[in-house]
Amino acid sequence: MTVLIAILVVGLISLAFGALLGFASVKFKVEGDPLAEQIDAILPQTQCGQCGYPGCKPYADAVANGEAINKCAPGGDDTIKKIADLMGVEPIAMDEAHETDNTPKVAFIIEEDCIGCTKCIQACPVDAIIGTTKQMHTIIADECTGCDLCVAPCPVDCIEMRPIPQTTRNWQWDLANIPVTQID
Amino acid sequence: METVIERIEQGRFWQFHGGIHPPEMKFLTTNKPIRTVSLPQRLVLPIQQHIGEAGELIVKPGDYVLKGQPLTKTTVPLAVPIHAPTSGTIASIENHIIAHPSGLNEMSVILMPDGEDRWRERHIVENYSQLDKNTLVEKIANAGIAGMGGAGFPTHIKVNTKAKIDFLIINAAECEPYITADDLLMREHAASVIEGIKILDKILEPAFILIGIEDNKPEAIDALNHEIKQFDKIKLCVVPTKYPTGGEKQLIKILTGKEVPSGVLPSSLGIVMQNVGTCHAIAEAVISDTPLIKRVVTVTGQALEKPQNVWALLGTPIEHLLQECQYPQQQKRHIIMGGPMMGFSLPNTQVPVVKTTNCILAPSEKEIPDANQEIECIRCGQCAEVCPAQLLPQELQWHAKAKDSEQLTKLNLFDCIECGACAYVCPSHIPLVHYYRVSKAEIRQQKLLDIKAEKAKQRFEARKARLERDKKAREEKHKKAAEARRARMNSGTEEANKEKSAVAAALARVQAKKAQQSGVQANTTNDDKKSQVADAIARAKAKKAGQSAPNGDAGDDKKQQVAAAIARAKAKKLAAKEQANDDSAEENINAVETKPTSAQDDKKARVAAAVARAKAKKLAAQEQPSDVGTDDTGKSPETISSTAEDAKKARIAAAVAKAKAKKLAANTESDDQRTEGEAEASTKDKDDVMAEAIVEPPQETSTSTQDDKKARIAAAVAKAKAKKLAANTGSDDQRTEGEAEASTKDKAEVTAEAVVEPMQETSTSAQDDKKARIAAAVAKAKAKKQAANADTDVKQVEGEAKASTKDKTNVTAEADVEAAGETSTSAQDDKKARIAAAVAKAKAKKLAEKAQKDNQTS
Amino acid sequence: MTDYLLLLIGTVLVNNFVLVKFLGLCPFMGVSSKVETAIGMSFATTFVMTLASLLSYLVDTYLLEPLSLQYLTTMTFILVIAVVVQFTEMVVHKTSANLYRSLGIFLPLITSNCAVLGVALLNTYEKHNFLESIIYGFSAALGFSLVLVMFSAMREKLANADVPKPFKGSAIAMITAGLMSLAFMGFTGLVKL
Repeated sequence: MTVLIAILVVGLISLAFGALLGFASVKFKVEGDPLAEQIDAILPQTQCGQCGYPGCKPYADAVANGEAINKCAPGGDDTIKKIADLMGVEPIAMDEAHETDNTPKVAFIIEEDCIGCTKCIQACPVDAIIGTTKQMHTIIADECTGCDLCVAPCPVDCIEMRPIPQTTRNWQWDLANIPVTQID
Repeated sequence: METVIERIEQGRFWQFHGGIHPPEMKFLTTNKPIRTVSLPQRLVLPIQQHIGEAGELIVKPGDYVLKGQPLTKTTVPLAVPIHAPTSGTIASIENHIIAHPSGLNEMSVILMPDGEDRWRERHIVENYSQLDKNTLVEKIANAGIAGMGGAGFPTHIKVNTKAKIDFLIINAAECEPYITADDLLMREHAASVIEGIKILDKILEPAFILIGIEDNKPEAIDALNHEIKQFDKIKLCVVPTKYPTGGEKQLIKILTGKEVPSGVLPSSLGIVMQNVGTCHAIAEAVISDTPLIKRVVTVTGQALEKPQNVWALLGTPIEHLLQECQYPQQQKRHIIMGGPMMGFSLPNTQVPVVKTTNCILAPSEKEIPDANQEIECIRCGQCAEVCPAQLLPQELQWHAKAKDSEQLTKLNLFDCIECGACAYVCPSHIPLVHYYRVSKAEIRQQKLLDIKAEKAKQRFEARKARLERDKKAREEKHKKAAEARRARMNSGTEEANKEKSAVAAALARVQAKKAQQSGVQANTTNDDKKSQVADAIARAKAKKAGQSAPNGDAGDDKKQQVAAAIARAKAKKLAAKEQANDDSAEENINAVETKPTSAQDDKKARVAAAVARAKAKKLAAQEQPSDVGTDDTGKSPETISSTAEDAKKARIAAAVAKAKAKKLAANTESDDQRTEGEAEASTKDKDDVMAEAIVEPPQETSTSTQDDKKARIAAAVAKAKAKKLAANTGSDDQRTEGEAEASTKDKAEVTAEAVVEPMQETSTSAQDDKKARIAAAVAKAKAKKQAANADTDVKQVEGEAKASTKDKTNVTAEADVEAAGETSTSAQDDKKARIAAAVAKAKAKKLAEKAQKDNQTS
Repeated sequence: MTDYLLLLIGTVLVNNFVLVKFLGLCPFMGVSSKVETAIGMSFATTFVMTLASLLSYLVDTYLLEPLSLQYLTTMTFILVIAVVVQFTEMVVHKTSANLYRSLGIFLPLITSNCAVLGVALLNTYEKHNFLESIIYGFSAALGFSLVLVMFSAMREKLANADVPKPFKGSAIAMITAGLMSLAFMGFTGLVKL
């Protein structure tokens, strides 16, 4: 008898709680994933597709749904660290398949070689190339994300990636070169 | 407000947090007057010497410029022009190393002085108080004056504030050790400095003017006091010596007790601060129309034998100044531009003097020893005690080392004025300021990158949206065009018919199809074309039934159907031709008796294509009647040949799993005509299959001729098949060439050609009946071919049929049937060829049929 | 009233669940690397502990005791706690996806946070009445939160500090926790025996 009562009581409690949870799951249903937006904000937006997704936003969505966080080559380790922070996971090393030299570069069109085929214009994810059919094209260096995507389509190989030249505006202090100067 | 002034009058000031008292070392230069140095060999003038934008060059190499002549002009507000410091020739404009810790090159004008020092024309202003504010600001802007205290902010921007100004503070503190440039300037040019202050007073109209000066410059204080006696508005505030009193925020705090919040300009508190050097430059610019071309530079340090303040022309290489002050050549220690606390080491001595250069320090080994080894922080907290910005240098340092920019920003790194007080007191010799500089640069860089990323994102999204829009617009356009075409087609004109077949040709993914028709000779022409494209999907099959029932006179009926049905690909082809029997033909003959009257060509082409993915079908049909042939009736006759009936049916059913192309072409001609029809259908499967069917029946009899040709090619392929049928008929001195090529491309190629050339030259009725059926059904790879020729009454029929099938290998099937009939009576050619090839995986079948008939008797 | 106040202060400081009773050490070490996360965890735990002690009191008093089913206490309490945690998880997920992410596995692990079960069981052993139970649960959570936030703030600073190499990471965290515990033991002096 006592056993029956015990079972009954526990069963009743469980039932009540089950009902509560059921109600809560309907009431607090989560829609959308703001996480993807936040990840997207961290990504460098080069739209290079090196991660295997067509652009940064798709990769952000994928990461939010469990894709590895170490596939953004242009972002490098910094980006991985930031995503790891956001997601509350441990930063991992850059995926070897995606490891590239991520010194910032801009595309440069060797203008005398350009035949005006517009292929690079179509490839550019950020519309940073201007030009039209049979006319020489050129790159808006400020808008170029250095994604590399215009290099392959060029039939005459007149596009090359050049490192961004150092000027006093983007120069960074180099600790090793600063003499510590103190007077005694 | 009053309290501030009261306190100042009582000589009581506020204090800023922290601060240090480093050895002043000003005695090296403070007792010597400002010297004018000789003209250097050349002057190097970086076109940007201030914060903001560079001006636009208005000189070119080879130009001769006069002293004070502008070399750049300003196009944007933040630009400041530069001027030729002396007369001479522009040697070149090139990248030259500049006064920047990076040692990077920037665009500079190289001026070779001619030694004459000839001025451009100057307009002395006797009484500047009559000028209005804007003119004054413009004069300052044109003189190229940028803050001479060190930052180099364009002065005309700073003085052109809209805010109401309570305090104009003149910064004469000069708190950094060694530097005495402002001190000497005030001593020697106090009047000019005060004139400059008055000009600023006129522009800014402040309530009070405070001159902040440290008490270690008694002679300068005396000189200024002497000058400001008559001006109550100007208060000379002698503040205790403490580094870094000369910092903007610190001096404001000392004099007014106000603290400038982080990220806020002093002008929003009603305060503007100018350096004494700037005041002097303003006076020079406004009164004597002298742009900023020289400045006082303290050349000091114990490594020099004659440290002294000098009037240095802008652009003078440091090397020249050091020589003037007798810098021993064997000394190879670093030279510091700026003071020992905030200056930076120069990469080499070719760096020119710029507007912000106030000191060149050539320290001896003893003065500034080489970097001490940095050791761990011992958490003594002295740095926090001396920080004038009340930051936590030690925590900043940890985070800077860890590159934790978020924490650094939280700890207000950007309020650091880089005074170096923390590093000065650090017992562990940690170069704190350098860590901050590095971090600041990195954070700034990161911000730029973030902005760029945001921009790239927007552009990327804008592009995506644009592409999407374009796509929609294109689809819309296509839809409209298609509708227009359909409307035109329905109008039923001749062109419409042509178009119809063209449309049929260009469906889906397509392949090449061709239909040619040539019709020569015709009095009356009746073209009737019908093409139907039926799409049957999935497992559907296409069937075709074509009938031609020639009545009385002459009728050509051609139907072609191409039906493609896929369910893994089946292709069936059926070609049926019906011809009126001899009876009807004879009837015709009887009716008309000799010569043919009318000819009717009726061709129907049906192309049914059902494609899972893409198919192309094409149908072309042509009809042409004969010479005399008038109309349906055919009663008008009397001429030559009787009736010709051409009935051709071709069915091509091709079903491809992936992509197929079918083409059918049929031509007919009657009465001395020549018709060439070529239909090419090529199918590509995984294999190549070529099927050719050529039928050439020439008939030369005069009577009614019936050509009946049927060609059936049924190819059922697991994946891809191609079928082609071509049928031609000709009667009465005609030559008909029909080539039908069907090529379907799948993973392989199947080409089928069918050429039928019927020539009939006899006058009697001739019936050509040709049927060709090619059915290819192979389990794996089979090719079958049938060729049948039928000759009647003095005919020669040559039939060749070759069928070759290609499976995983190549199989080609050719069927040539040549039938030639030379008798005058009716001739019937019956050819049937069937090739059935069905392949489980990939097969190709080809059928070719040729038939020729020659009848040349009559 | 004074009793309740004493109970509160006593539970928060003197008998701190983490540093004195050594309950709930898992989240204490696990979610203390960032202040933000720690604060989120604190709120979640406070919510769970208060609600759990309330519910467990009700279940115990009105179901188990009358039916003499005290031997089921632990089992039913765990059931209660699990439900409350699930409920909390849903609420957190709905209201702050970020917090939900950063809490990660520790959110459902509140279920196994011994402090929660501890507070419910201690309520029964100490024969707390309804109000006392709630206050006890709440103040236990408050003590937990206080220590957790303080500890995480310290760890955040430690992260970039030049800690000697052998002590980097968890080692220095343990030492810090030990020192904190020592400090909290000092609160015992508040009570005059």
